[in-house]
Amino acid sequence: MELWFTERHTPNVKFSIKVDRQLYTGNSEFQRIDVFDSKEFGRFLTLDGYMMLTEKDEFIYHEMITHVPVAVHPNPKNILVIGAGDGGVIRELTRYPSVESIDLVEIDELVIEVCRKYLPSTACRLNDERVHIYYEDGVKFIRRCENKYDIIIVDSTDPFGPGEGLFTKEFYGSCFKALREDGIMVNQHESPFYDEDAAAMQRSHKRIVESFPISRVYQAHIPTYPSGHWLFGFASKKYHPVHDLNAAKWNLLGLKTKYYNTRLHAGAFCLPNYVEEMLRDVE
Amino acid sequence: MALSQINAPIYEALRKFRRMRVVPFDVPGHKRGRGNMELTEFLGEDCMNVDVNSMKPLDNLCHPVSVIKDAEDLAAEAFHAANAFFMVGGTTSAVQSMIMYACKSGDKIIMPRNVHRSAINALILTGAVPVYVNPDVNNQLGIALGMSVSQVEQAIRENPDAKAVMVNNPTYYGICSDLRRITELAHAHNMLVLVDEAHGTHFYFGENFPVSAMDAGADIASVSMHKSGGSLTQSSFLVMGKAVNADYMRQIINLTQTTSASYLLLSSLDISRKRLALMGREIFAETVEMAEYARSEINSIGGYYAYSKELINGDSIFDFDVSKLSVYTLPVGLAGIEVYDYLRDEYDIQIEFGDIGNILAYISVGDRKRDIERLISALSEIKRRFGRSGADMLTQEYISPVVAEAPRTAFYAEKVSLPLDEAPGHVCSEFVMCYPPGIPILAPGELVTKEIIDYIRYAKEKGCQLTGTEDINIERLNVLV
Repeated sequence: MELWFTERHTPNVKFSIKVDRQLYTGNSEFQRIDVFDSKEFGRFLTLDGYMMLTEKDEFIYHEMITHVPVAVHPNPKNILVIGAGDGGVIRELTRYPSVESIDLVEIDELVIEVCRKYLPSTACRLNDERVHIYYEDGVKFIRRCENKYDIIIVDSTDPFGPGEGLFTKEFYGSCFKALREDGIMVNQHESPFYDEDAAAMQRSHKRIVESFPISRVYQAHIPTYPSGHWLFGFASKKYHPVHDLNAAKWNLLGLKTKYYNTRLHAGAFCLPNYVEEMLRDVE
Repeated sequence: MALSQINAPIYEALRKFRRMRVVPFDVPGHKRGRGNMELTEFLGEDCMNVDVNSMKPLDNLCHPVSVIKDAEDLAAEAFHAANAFFMVGGTTSAVQSMIMYACKSGDKIIMPRNVHRSAINALILTGAVPVYVNPDVNNQLGIALGMSVSQVEQAIRENPDAKAVMVNNPTYYGICSDLRRITELAHAHNMLVLVDEAHGTHFYFGENFPVSAMDAGADIASVSMHKSGGSLTQSSFLVMGKAVNADYMRQIINLTQTTSASYLLLSSLDISRKRLALMGREIFAETVEMAEYARSEINSIGGYYAYSKELINGDSIFDFDVSKLSVYTLPVGLAGIEVYDYLRDEYDIQIEFGDIGNILAYISVGDRKRDIERLISALSEIKRRFGRSGADMLTQEYISPVVAEAPRTAFYAEKVSLPLDEAPGHVCSEFVMCYPPGIPILAPGELVTKEIIDYIRYAKEKGCQLTGTEDINIERLNVLV
């Protein structure tokens, strides 16, 4: 018997992982949630059939979306994380003793519940006393915030389904308002490779550029996401993502990471020509 | 077997017809789409398959005897009416038919001036003469309200020979007049009561809404099923009480209605009526919940005023339709039309309309909670990014017209084209309006004043889409010689 999980990356491209067994399936008010176990990637979480994370490669995504902004900001104390019900971003953030408060806004309570139960490797730090969880639509939560956060991390799903609102200009504008005068917003920025992903990537880049004075894009290699080539957005009111990186200070913290290091930090902002061109087209 | 609201006779007949696989040697010439593949790929095969002509198994809208008749009977029942007609020329055709039923050339009709252009168009077609009741105006919001009962009473007393009274139920903004008392007054003076319910379909199916025309005892109502009712654009119902001669009404409708009525439109009316009759209560409860939520969130942004039942004054705002999300925008220093443009250009959100001082977002069961959140956030962002002090904003939405000629006389009279600035003092022979909402600023036969020209210029400058004049650029106006 062979059991395979398959996700369509484009109408003409499929990506499959051989499944050992299904650990969970359920429907929340917002989406279908599944957790599988596999020989190659360990446990993995899918929402509405789209890959969210696998135990084998989640470290790449979570380290890159977290350590890049935290290493640039000189004094990050109050942090807002939107989405991220799996807890991976929280796990990385709680490694910094200087962080005082982390607000986590996740629309779907069931995602957190399922991750706590089946994905302890990412959900392990959700009980940290600095973490405050709000089960709310991120678009609504952020609307009421003003001059409050040092860093906002937008760990969204794709720009269709429940995460759609997290790719809109009204949302990015609200994030700008919610950040302090030297605040940084980092977001999951889709992929430049396949046409439809690239179009979504350009759309959100355009909206961020219109909302923030500094807006740069960096990349990472994430094997289980469509094409494997993934981007993150770095939007900021004051700090440049590379020039304002204090590498020595970060390295003194002595954090052990699997993917991130301060040399890679600078390198990640060097993009292939075709990606630079796509970004320029909408800037 | 007796039919009930679970049936949709036209829809059922079309499904049956499709299974019969009849070979078409009749119109339409696309022959189930095979003759126009690009169109078929665009609209879908299922859609093209039921774009068929009137024929025995499918009845004929001009002279219904079988499935259309059955469907109309079910619609009448659903709308608490004695008779109902399926209309395929929009609510415009329904409004025109009810006026043409009530009035012949020279007959008077009492109506609020803030009617839709379709009503004044009907006056041009019939030669009926309007007796305008100036709607009350809310000076804070600058919007035209309903008619006060005393003003209607005065109009009836001064024009005892009028044939009918027309009422908006509700206005575009959701405001209702005291329809029951106006109906009693009109009937006491042998006048028919005609109701434009273009924005009131849900009154028949939801709970705690303002009274519907049929329940208030009015004679005829034009109901835009395609607005809050969910049917296809251009489809509509004309419903009427016992006192109306339905067979004569059919003759009136057939004067201007197409003889090739679209079965796409007819089936959409049939299915939507069934859906509302069976599930309307829940559907509109959900709609109202979303509208109320949006209203409270928008009001908490500050500056904007999303108004509701607190406006009720017992007369010219006798009731308010809480499914409407109307927002007054001037306190954030932006005209409604500017907010409307920002929503579309900056945030990819299309709302129903923006005028000088207000916007209207149309809320329906098709909306999702997360889209409502986007709308609210976008309004909050527009205030943050573009808000100004509220000074220098024109507030007046409604200017009482001076009627110099009957609309038909003015429309067909000899005229001359003048630049806008030279028009004051002359009598206008055409319409000028912002669309939407389509309520004329000037109608044929009305005196042009400097105040009106200033208003037109202001609306143009703010980006309102002005229509109605022969001059497509609205630089010149046709006036009577």
